[in-house]
Amino acid sequence: MSLNSYLIVGSRPYGEQVCDIRITNGLISEIGSGLEPGDHQVVKAHDLISLPSFVDLHTHLREPGREDAETIASGSRAATLGGFSAVFAMANTTPVADTAGVVEQVWRIGRETGLVDVFPIGAVSVGLHGEALAELGAMAASAAKVTVFSDDGNCVSDPLLMRRALEYVKTFDGVIAQHAQDPRLTQGAQMNEGELSGILGLTGWPAVAEEAIIARDVLLTSHVDSRLHVCHVSTSGSVAIIRWAKEMGIRVTAEVTPHHLLLTEDLVSSFDPVYKVNPPLRSRADTLALREALADGTLDIVATDHAPHPHESKDCEWDSAAFGMLGLETALGVVVAAMAETPGWSWRTLSERMSTVPAKIGRALNHGRPLAVGEPAHIVLVNPQKTREVVPSQLASLSGNTPYAGMTLPVSVTDVFFNGVHQVRGGELHE
Amino acid sequence: MKHLISVQDLSRTDTLHILDTARELDRVTNGGIKLLPTLRGRTVVNLFYEDSTRTRLSFERAAKRLSADVVTVSAKGSSLSKGESLKDTALTLNAMGADMIVVRHPSPGAAHRLAHAGWLDSRVLNAGDGKHEHPTQALADALTIRARLRPEAVDFDGLTIGIVGDVLHSRVARSNIFLLASLGANVVVIGPPTLLPVRIENWPCTVSYSLDAALPELDVIMMLRVQQERMNGTFFPSELEYSRSFGLNRSRAAALPTHAIVMHPGPMNRGVEITAEVADGTRSVITEQVANGLKVRMAIMYLLIGGDVSVA
Repeated sequence: MSLNSYLIVGSRPYGEQVCDIRITNGLISEIGSGLEPGDHQVVKAHDLISLPSFVDLHTHLREPGREDAETIASGSRAATLGGFSAVFAMANTTPVADTAGVVEQVWRIGRETGLVDVFPIGAVSVGLHGEALAELGAMAASAAKVTVFSDDGNCVSDPLLMRRALEYVKTFDGVIAQHAQDPRLTQGAQMNEGELSGILGLTGWPAVAEEAIIARDVLLTSHVDSRLHVCHVSTSGSVAIIRWAKEMGIRVTAEVTPHHLLLTEDLVSSFDPVYKVNPPLRSRADTLALREALADGTLDIVATDHAPHPHESKDCEWDSAAFGMLGLETALGVVVAAMAETPGWSWRTLSERMSTVPAKIGRALNHGRPLAVGEPAHIVLVNPQKTREVVPSQLASLSGNTPYAGMTLPVSVTDVFFNGVHQVRGGELHE
Repeated sequence: MKHLISVQDLSRTDTLHILDTARELDRVTNGGIKLLPTLRGRTVVNLFYEDSTRTRLSFERAAKRLSADVVTVSAKGSSLSKGESLKDTALTLNAMGADMIVVRHPSPGAAHRLAHAGWLDSRVLNAGDGKHEHPTQALADALTIRARLRPEAVDFDGLTIGIVGDVLHSRVARSNIFLLASLGANVVVIGPPTLLPVRIENWPCTVSYSLDAALPELDVIMMLRVQQERMNGTFFPSELEYSRSFGLNRSRAAALPTHAIVMHPGPMNRGVEITAEVADGTRSVITEQVANGLKVRMAIMYLLIGGDVSVA
């Protein structure tokens, strides 16, 4: 049998018609019914759904700087176990990914790990300080070929700097991924501002602090005819603004996280910081609006905002705790749990939102490709019947800050092929 | 009841039981027995991450009157000021065998975390957690109102209670609104919108922006402390404008019904939210609130860790 030549037998691509998929030399070489294995290893996939592997446009890998929370290697393991073939690593590391040197380091370590493609995101501003543009051109021209720029963790709140950044990235077809949060409206903010924040005495993070920045940014994007991506949209008002902007023909894309699709702010009543995240968990009405918008395409993609933190950063009082939650390994199950009942949702739609479109936004040309002959063999097999209980200690991430501990997710990733390599088998990683 | 974190954890029956117990303990101690042996051999730790005089003293005295061993740990001059985590402090106190931890902390939910994060086995009594709650103050206030205006009745049906000022930053206001409403009172919150939480209209209270309009309806008026640092920022134009609109002075006090009482949880800014004349006047029950604070704290300690030892 030849190495890395496989015949996936009996799966249903996109949950549709059963067929066999032949993988040869890292590519899909044949698709059809009743294919003969020949010298290809047979992977029995009856009752499984085959999809192009997922692409995460928003991941925190913490390396360099916080290797106690996550490394590029551990994050890559979490990603492939979650069914991803590519992750975009956010720039808020230590040092900040604001130079060609840092992004090349991240890119190189990702390549050496070799479990997923790691695409570094470059900082918009030097040190994420929101004052002066980082060397965007140098990062774009580096070996890492950066196309996505973000100060995520911080908002590019200065409208003039945001305008300049949007203009500047046009030279190399880049995109600015904005963390939409007005800093003045969210000073000391701890949770969604509403009835519950008032009762709990936690400083509120009002929806308008997100919506006002998105409204400003789509207008700026229109004015300079550039490309804007909105990170982790969390409110129904943001959805309405983005819907309007798209109707106006403005080139804006937007993401929603799995946790904002599934979880709501009432969890904060436990004062357990595992539910502390930025932007905060919102109301039930927001969650429903986000689901509807993801189904109809107003929200283009799911992105995890995977944010590992060491134990002590969450094992404390709420105010002192870090913002963020894990997302890579649970993303598919959470999205299915949240979206299953939403009209217009299908495996085909899920594949668009978690693979095709994020790859396009990030210009990851080798990812998010259809299951078709000649395409790269980045394939994930999903068991739609096999539930999975989330156990923090069993996650590949170095951190355990998952809000889904003890929850049973409706589906499981069973197998992953990356560049034709069958590296996840039966839910286990084989490096 | 294992801990007391929020008044919202108390049923109406629980609250009345605490108030009755406070009255009973008061009767017994006023009967000439200054110390009760109820908590002999028990250790109560007062863990104070914020400066406090009246609350800390009140808890210390309450525990001592019940014969508990009392240890007070204050932020200044302890490992708390060296940045030791709440968890590590909790583990230490647990190892030392604290039966009850009375905690004041600037972070909302800190008492809840101590009680429920699995760090310790002690009972936890919330003595104020950030802007969240201060349940013993609300119980003291309920006891005060009951003694003055409803000595025979079971609950507060028919009473209108105004809470005036900086509700946004006040744990006392939060605990009082929910506790007094649960006892049947009609609670009116009065203040400028900048100092009221958003969506407070969904709480069990009504909202007014005019103190003068509300005064004639109030059986109780509770003035909240306005922190100096809020005054000249973006919450309110100036101290003077605040006093003019929401300060309780002689002429406003005169607009109250004759039976109405004036309350303040302390510490007061005399001349800002309340004039000295009103604070020290005949309607003022401010010192009774302090005395009743001691009684309810004794009652709660007794109920939480007093076991089956009888009061008498």
